[in-house]
Amino acid sequence: MKKVYSRPKSLKPAHFHYCPGCGHSIVNRLIAEVIDEMNLGDKIICVAPAGCGMLIYNYFDVDCLESAHGRGAAVATGIKRVRPDNLVVSYQGDGDLAAIGTAESFHAANRGENITIIFVNNGVYGMTGGQMAPTTILDQVTTTTPVGRISEKAGHPVRMCEVLAVLDGTSYLERVAVHKPAAIVATKKALVKAFQHQMNKTGFSMVEILSPCPTNWKMDPLQACKWVEDVMSKQFPIGLVKEVQC
Amino acid sequence: MLTKTIFSGFGGQGVLSMGYTLATAAMLEGKHVTYFPSYGVEVRGGTANCTVAVSDEEIASPVASEPEFVVAMNQPSFARFQSILQSGGLIFVNSSIVDVSSARGDIEIVAVPTSELAERIGTIKVANMIMLGAFIRLSNIISYDFMVKNLTDILGEGKAKLIKINKEALDLGYKYVRE
Amino acid sequence: MKKLMSGNAAAGEAAVLAGCTCYFGYPITPQNELTEYMAKRVPEAGGVFIQSESEIAAINMVLGASVAGARAMTSSSGPGISLKQEGISYLAADELPAVILNMVRGGPGMGNISPAQSDYLQATRGGGHGDYRTIVLAPSSVQEIADLMPLAFDLAEKYRNPVVVLGDGMLGQMMEPVEFDHIKKPEPVAKDYILTGAKGRPSRMVRSLIFDVKEQEEHNWKLARKFQRIEQNEVRYETHLVDDAELVVIAYGTAARIAKGAIARLRQEGLKVGMIRPITLWPFPTKIIQETSKTIHDFFVFEMSAGQLVEDVKLSLEGKGRVHFYGRPGGVIPTPVELFRIISRHCYQIQRVKKS
Repeated sequence: MKKVYSRPKSLKPAHFHYCPGCGHSIVNRLIAEVIDEMNLGDKIICVAPAGCGMLIYNYFDVDCLESAHGRGAAVATGIKRVRPDNLVVSYQGDGDLAAIGTAESFHAANRGENITIIFVNNGVYGMTGGQMAPTTILDQVTTTTPVGRISEKAGHPVRMCEVLAVLDGTSYLERVAVHKPAAIVATKKALVKAFQHQMNKTGFSMVEILSPCPTNWKMDPLQACKWVEDVMSKQFPIGLVKEVQC
Repeated sequence: MLTKTIFSGFGGQGVLSMGYTLATAAMLEGKHVTYFPSYGVEVRGGTANCTVAVSDEEIASPVASEPEFVVAMNQPSFARFQSILQSGGLIFVNSSIVDVSSARGDIEIVAVPTSELAERIGTIKVANMIMLGAFIRLSNIISYDFMVKNLTDILGEGKAKLIKINKEALDLGYKYVRE
Repeated sequence: MKKLMSGNAAAGEAAVLAGCTCYFGYPITPQNELTEYMAKRVPEAGGVFIQSESEIAAINMVLGASVAGARAMTSSSGPGISLKQEGISYLAADELPAVILNMVRGGPGMGNISPAQSDYLQATRGGGHGDYRTIVLAPSSVQEIADLMPLAFDLAEKYRNPVVVLGDGMLGQMMEPVEFDHIKKPEPVAKDYILTGAKGRPSRMVRSLIFDVKEQEEHNWKLARKFQRIEQNEVRYETHLVDDAELVVIAYGTAARIAKGAIARLRQEGLKVGMIRPITLWPFPTKIIQETSKTIHDFFVFEMSAGQLVEDVKLSLEGKGRVHFYGRPGGVIPTPVELFRIISRHCYQIQRVKKS
């Protein structure tokens, strides 16, 4: 019988700890597939964040470092400058990338560091129990915005791809999602492109992935996927934000 | 013997370079030496100073609370540092712009009109080296002959083209205080 | 050949000669000359220099470079060092080598840029969160800065732990003759913990999140055992005229050289005063202080803070002997004459008490 589907080589035989319907597991799987297909398993150095994505080193069978909260782009910079021929990838969530680590993300992008950030945007602090994130959309209820996010009190959702697009150091910025099959296929393509940009040393690349968080959104997985389609992607338009010639 | 000197003046008068030159010369002579500049916000206000300590033994502190010598290239420096000069100490004053009528009675003043002397060489930029020449003659901290002989090493490669004019300036100051 | 150099520049030159290939830093007085020196020197030597967006970014870049196998350092002063504590805690937890230089200024808060020894406790107690220590080296001259920088990198790699070099504004800004001829480039060592891409070997992970409490406890005990080894093997100090002394000054760094000047005058007056100068502030030279206390009763702690080093001296003495103290905080540099007068007064008091 012909094998058409199997566990990627770069994924350890471990069970994901992610909640049912969480987008992280899809993203993890896609990254592993791309590592295998591009034959980067012995080249990649992964930086894990603080947040739901922090345990990726339990899943990826590649060299991994766990960073302090928000410092992914800074440690990735240190690694990449010492090992310019490795593929350095920082996996980060919204609070990590766009709140506590904004300065590190912004300036690594501005320096045009040849690193790739995989930015999983689910609009909440997942691991700590569903508090407001910088990307929580207006009126969205979280444990720290019990009546919904009100801009006068809690500011506006941050569109990081668009923020970073104005910096001359950025080479490839695309927003994708993992809430339906076509979007998942597009996400994989974006990951390939981002890695290509890094290997070609064209500058800073980031893939922002809209990702459902049914647990903290208090929805079932299907409702969560629908919410990504109907609400979240209106605030964070899906598509290519910036690409310079690779 | 341990001697401490404060070089002081406006930023741009070359007071730090005076101190650095003396310190380098003393080091090459084999003496113990420290050079301590004023730094940070203090130097932004337009005045600069540095302290040079030269000794035959290890130097405990590079700071001079009661210096043996002071070089004051402008009026504010004269006012500030004459007050901490040791009783009986020597203060070198740039008499082209400094009025010494308010001087303490228990110190000795050496007036060097650096601007007028510098005119003879043709550039005000060497006023500091003229003063240094006068200072070395009367302070006896280092050997003048040694300094002149090793001026290329002391001033460093960056100033190789300026050796002649610096030597001229040192000499002018050195001879002026003899006259 | 001897060169006249500032402590800041000498630290940079010694680091490069000792194989430091990565420097990350953020401007802060009084250590800017080091950052500026490295901006020129490190790229010349083929290394990496980045002026980072913050102190926090700088220490995390150090962590990244260290986990990638390089000898990396950063430098700052008081307020900046506070920001770096997060990264230093991670370096210690991840067991990664790094060198952090602190040219201390007068604090707390913004403080001023004058020399002080007010960061002693922060440096010697780990400084950041969690149960860890950093090795702390305290030079007292520009030459000693040049001597201790290579040692800092060696110890950091030997124990896979961050090492702090604790200077102050005076040591950073002051120029003194210094030579580097003795510094040898280190032999390349194989590091089995660094991340290079899992080529021809199993993948590695470097992390400090340990959910399992038993595993976390074991990790902490492992670190604690390492710190014990460091305490046993790496204590460094200098003794000065202790043999016949009736009073022993304990001081480090800038304060120690001021004390040396005071002791020279005290000896001229016939007062038998010596000194123990800790070179490693952690591990602290407890043993020599204990041994000295068997024959000498009076210890005089002198520091440029309101009383930090004095705690370690008291802990070392375990209630034995008498501890005299003179400290000046806030960025004031005491003079040898001032200290001479104060210590001589204490000496005469001791003699009076002995007679009665």
